[in-house]
Amino acid sequence: MSNILELRNLRKHYATQKAVDDVSFSIEQGSIFGLLGPNGAGKTTLLRMITGIFYPDSGDIYFDGKEFNPADDIIKIGYMPEERGLYKKMKIGEQALYLAQLKGLDRSEAMQKVKTWFKRMEMESWWNKKVEDLSKGMSQKLQFVTTVLHEPKLIILDEPFSGLDPVNANLIKDEIFGLAQRGSTVIFSTHRMEQVEEICNHIILMNLGKKILDGTVNDVKQQFKENKFSIKVQGAAAGIADSPAFEVDSRKDNNLIVKIREGYKSNDVLQHFLQSGATIEAFNEVLPSLNEIFINLVEGSKAVTRAFSETPVN
Amino acid sequence: MNKILLVARREFLTRVQKKTFLLSTIGLPLIIFGLYAMMIYFSVKSTDNFKVAVSDNARLFNGKVDDKKSTEIIFEFVQDDTAALKSKLDKGIYDAYLYVPAGFNAGSGKDSLQIRSGKAVGLLTREKIQSRISKSLEDKRLMALNISQTQIDSIKNEKDYIRFSSTSGETQKGSKVGISYAVGMISGFLIYIILFVYGTMVMRGVMEEKVSRIAEVIVSSVKPFQLMMGKILGIGSVGLLQFIIWIVLVFGLQIVLPAIFPEMAGQQQAMPVGPGAGAAAVQQSGAMATLMSGLQDINFPLIIGCFVFYFLGGYFLYSSLFAAVGSAVNEDPQDAQSLLLPIMMPVIFALVIMTKAVNDPNSSLAVFGSLFPLTSPIVMMARIAHGIPDGVSTIQLIISMLLLIGGFLGTTWLAGKIYRTGILMYGKKVTWKEMWKWAFRKS
Repeated sequence: MSNILELRNLRKHYATQKAVDDVSFSIEQGSIFGLLGPNGAGKTTLLRMITGIFYPDSGDIYFDGKEFNPADDIIKIGYMPEERGLYKKMKIGEQALYLAQLKGLDRSEAMQKVKTWFKRMEMESWWNKKVEDLSKGMSQKLQFVTTVLHEPKLIILDEPFSGLDPVNANLIKDEIFGLAQRGSTVIFSTHRMEQVEEICNHIILMNLGKKILDGTVNDVKQQFKENKFSIKVQGAAAGIADSPAFEVDSRKDNNLIVKIREGYKSNDVLQHFLQSGATIEAFNEVLPSLNEIFINLVEGSKAVTRAFSETPVN
Repeated sequence: MNKILLVARREFLTRVQKKTFLLSTIGLPLIIFGLYAMMIYFSVKSTDNFKVAVSDNARLFNGKVDDKKSTEIIFEFVQDDTAALKSKLDKGIYDAYLYVPAGFNAGSGKDSLQIRSGKAVGLLTREKIQSRISKSLEDKRLMALNISQTQIDSIKNEKDYIRFSSTSGETQKGSKVGISYAVGMISGFLIYIILFVYGTMVMRGVMEEKVSRIAEVIVSSVKPFQLMMGKILGIGSVGLLQFIIWIVLVFGLQIVLPAIFPEMAGQQQAMPVGPGAGAAAVQQSGAMATLMSGLQDINFPLIIGCFVFYFLGGYFLYSSLFAAVGSAVNEDPQDAQSLLLPIMMPVIFALVIMTKAVNDPNSSLAVFGSLFPLTSPIVMMARIAHGIPDGVSTIQLIISMLLLIGGFLGTTWLAGKIYRTGILMYGKKVTWKEMWKWAFRKS
């Protein structure tokens, strides 16, 4: 499959810091891509370069096979920034129409798209209301609609679920899946790892302006697995002690998590239990959650102190 | 370009469709005009006449004070003594009386005339009585010296023989200079107000976009510069529309007002043709005539043309600076105050120079002020009101216009760079030093 977006050695330096420092990756068309990283990792700067708001200091962006040209390609991108909002006093219908026209649709085309989307999201009755009359969830929904209205090839969502209740979050999640199925590519920036595991195929982890992890969710988990297995036995697991094949990591009721020692396999563990006469009810590999991987990689990297170095020291 | 127009269209429509726009554009001037009309109406049509009984025992007035046919103040000559006058005053037949004792000598410097009234006399009425009596006395005393009325008039018009003329040979009428002064002052002030009102409107619009967090959403489909220019153009057209409505209103009211208050128009017309009109009436209509001729001497097409040019030029120059300030401000509108100061200073400075320039349009301060782009929109209006070449030479006008266009391009370019950074910057309080850095760093 072809790449919708390819970044090569992208750099953007501010006066006092390297916001994005030599980042390269590519995104397949139709995938849901997670861009992860702690606060101040350079995600927003990276996204602003992809949306043409900032120009990179060096490096190239290829969009849909060609060099990225903001003036022409902007209509193919929908960006919902983290700092987002709408004109509070403007009527909702007009506002959606205006934003669609700014993307480059002509008026009749915009009108038609706004109407179909409003119908689909059951927002038709909102047309003459003002944004200030909407609840937070409703305006978030409207914001999402205005982002994807022109059915862009690339949709960039920065923390799309913040402030949404589970019902509305699910609604938008379903729309994201739907858009991906219809061929749109979604870049999804967040630090909510459970959402990433649920939604994304491919992830990138950034820290201090650099890419420190790149791969499919499964690959990443495999890469960081610690050979841990969970075993459920009948009766209490209290009596089980370390053996040459494994050491016990933790135990709870009749559940046991063991770490296999180097040179042994999972079968060796099973064999040990079978020989000891225990009745095994379940045996699973324990893969680290993205959250754990994230914390492991970011912790101790001075990510927190960096937030302060943003203020220029003269 | 297309996107600038889209943004401008939204800015224009959202403002024009508001109820407050109608209120401030049509309602406010109507209220002001209405108040003025009422004031004029009541001052012209004061039905209460004030009767003064004059007991002239020294034969000072020869039976009449003057030829004025006023219904406001009526002098009635009687032969009563003070006691009779006092009782008539108490009965309300007269509002005041003037008793001139026999042997009163106006020239002695010791005797004085006492006007006694039952209740306090209003300031205006008092002044009118005073001026009519003193004028009458003056004329009569001059006549007593065997000087004819025409001689009196010619002495009083002495200053008419002193005329100013420029080296080009053209005579300068005093009335024209006076009107030029007024026109220059009014148009300079108007531009000053326009710069502030619409400048702040632009700033508020930018702040609104930043506070409501829509800036980044918009900037992902439109260049920041396009957004800024669209806003400036949109609000500028609101201003222009407002200006046009006001001009139409003024001309409309000029036609409508005399129809509502026929007395006013009637009195103005009746004055010069009234039978036996006295010297005062002639003088008044003469002043009116010189005023009219002075107005005709003013080159209105030039002034209106220049006004629109300097209004737009000044607006574009300053509104982009206001936009830059708006982009740098965070939630707290108070921050704007300190950032605005450096922008307000030249405007206020310009106003000060303008008040000097209307008096002396060719002083070096006025010339500097009318060329320097930050002050020229206000100062040049004061000079242009005196016309070409009396107030300003053609070459200076052209240089000033070119400098203003250059200045406007310069500030827009600078402001665009500040705006681009500021509009996406949240949380941090921005100083002028930082804005300066944004403006001049390489992109």
